[in-house]
Amino acid sequence: MKGNILTIMKKELKRLLGDKRILINAVLLPGILIYVMYSFMGYALAGMFAPDAAPLQIAAVHMPTSVSQMFEAAALPYIDIDATDVAEIADIKSLIAAKEFELLIVFPADFDTMVDAFDIKSQTTTAPNIAVFYNSTDSDSERVYAQVAAMLDSYEATLANKFDVNGGDEVYNLASEKDRSGQVFSSLMPLLLTILLFSGCMAIAPESIAGEKERGTLSTLLVTPLRRSELALGKIFAITIVGTLSAISSTIGTILSLPQLTGGASDGLPLFYTMGDYLLLGIVVLSTVLLFVSLMSILSAFAESIKEAQTYMTPLMIVVMLAGVTGMFGGAAEQPLVYLIPVYNSVQCMNAVFSFEVVQLHVAITVVSNLVYCGALAFILTKMFNSERVMFSR
Amino acid sequence: MKELLRVQNLCKTFTLSAKQQRLEKTNEKRKVAVDNLSFSAYDGEIFGLLGPNGAGKTTTLRILSTLIKPDSGDAFLDGKSVVREAEQVRTKIGFLTSELKLEDYFTPNYLFDFFSDLYHVDEQVRAKRKHSLFTRFGISRFAEVKIADLSTGMRQKVSLAIALVHDPEVIIFDEPTNGLDVITAKTVTDFLLELKQEGKTVIISTHIFSLVEKTCDRVAIIIDGKLVTCDALDKVKNGLSLEDRFFAIYEEVAGGVE
Repeated sequence: MKGNILTIMKKELKRLLGDKRILINAVLLPGILIYVMYSFMGYALAGMFAPDAAPLQIAAVHMPTSVSQMFEAAALPYIDIDATDVAEIADIKSLIAAKEFELLIVFPADFDTMVDAFDIKSQTTTAPNIAVFYNSTDSDSERVYAQVAAMLDSYEATLANKFDVNGGDEVYNLASEKDRSGQVFSSLMPLLLTILLFSGCMAIAPESIAGEKERGTLSTLLVTPLRRSELALGKIFAITIVGTLSAISSTIGTILSLPQLTGGASDGLPLFYTMGDYLLLGIVVLSTVLLFVSLMSILSAFAESIKEAQTYMTPLMIVVMLAGVTGMFGGAAEQPLVYLIPVYNSVQCMNAVFSFEVVQLHVAITVVSNLVYCGALAFILTKMFNSERVMFSR
Repeated sequence: MKELLRVQNLCKTFTLSAKQQRLEKTNEKRKVAVDNLSFSAYDGEIFGLLGPNGAGKTTTLRILSTLIKPDSGDAFLDGKSVVREAEQVRTKIGFLTSELKLEDYFTPNYLFDFFSDLYHVDEQVRAKRKHSLFTRFGISRFAEVKIADLSTGMRQKVSLAIALVHDPEVIIFDEPTNGLDVITAKTVTDFLLELKQEGKTVIISTHIFSLVEKTCDRVAIIIDGKLVTCDALDKVKNGLSLEDRFFAIYEEVAGGVE
């Protein structure tokens, strides 16, 4: 029995890994694409918030001393405009509209005196108003407006400030860097990894079973003395190997691109994980790939063509994505019984590994239950290979 | 002569899908493909199943090759039941039909070794058989060419060689010369006769009269899933050409050609 499974596996691996198109599309490309895409996204996001190389152009009318100091501290240079120079103020407004000038800020004359004199309980006086002109469609103008508005809000708050929270330079957030890294990775990686594992398997499973059925080459195997169970297991194991390679490629791409994607927040963080963590993760990933491959094999055997198989897999992908999303919020589940739920259990285990809160019993329940499900699915696949209704339906 | 194949009261009915009903232009949900079929084939003979399209020839051969199971009845190949001892039957037969394809990606060389592994053929025996079959069919030159790049005729020859990797006792060919050019068809026909000379039992299904007349020792005529006659070729012909005799029988059974 072992010999025939190995023969089928060797043939499937030769087919899947020997074909350059499949090798590139299913194994190499996912990792490279993910690295390039996520890095690009990271750079693009960083670029959105990075200051423009050109100096910002800010003009101020009646700039009070109190606010002027804040502008200096924030390294925001500005030019003073005379309030009587109506023409220049109008010009600057036009330039802002044309995205050639960033901001015009107009204070009332004697702003500081008015602020001191203003009593919030008084019904007779009105609060001094600051007019800030900007262009929301110009990213630099929008950014500097947000910065100035925040600065003025903060200044406004300090005028009535009676106490501070976390004042001074002391570090109040006591989370360790390791915990911080766990939080970053456990919120991102379970979802990404689950989707990558699924898509890696989806790229090859339909080809191996529905493709062979569509081309009429599966029937050629069915007239040999090969047992249907050997054929099912040989295919499942071979697809699992290639699916795992695809997942490894995708994972490497994801980890390499994380510093760019998180804007440097995850720099050096993978170093906190030990070989034991990677081993546990590897076991969970392998059992998950086996489960995905077994599920996809059933759908592929039922389908008449690769296209039909992929159509059947779409609802499954939605379920997998939803299960993956659960890994983004909070810590891993604590009740052992929920680790019997396929896919969800893998996501929770990945979350636990990445947040350094892994419970080995949960991993054991997940892996064993996944293997049991795979065994049951392989049994069903064997029955399907035996069923003329499934194999020769049309 | 030893009875190598015994077919007993074989019945097979298919449930038609809506699509199949449209294709068959019928409202019937079930189609009787094989109706109580019984015949025998003997050691070292070429046995032909002759009938029009849809007569049940392919279904019968699919049952004999264990691809599908009969609803009732059984067939015994060298005493082994195709229903209960399917795996053992598969070691004794070589099955070739146009619906069984070889993977385009692989070469004849690789596929021969792959199928030899599945049949557990010894390395030395395999090498000898490969050399012999590849030489016989002129495959050697194309041994390392992918199936996708071979001509239809060469693909059929490779399929033939691979169906014989394990030196089966019984060779079952469904429409062996269908779709082949005249040269390849002749190669296949000659090879059927060579197999007979080697003492193999060959069962073919066809609707080509000349192929039956040239190769078969005995012939069974099937119409609408039922066995109409089964005997030695000369007895079936009854002094007529096979074509004339077939249409006489067809007129009698099915009411003539529309």
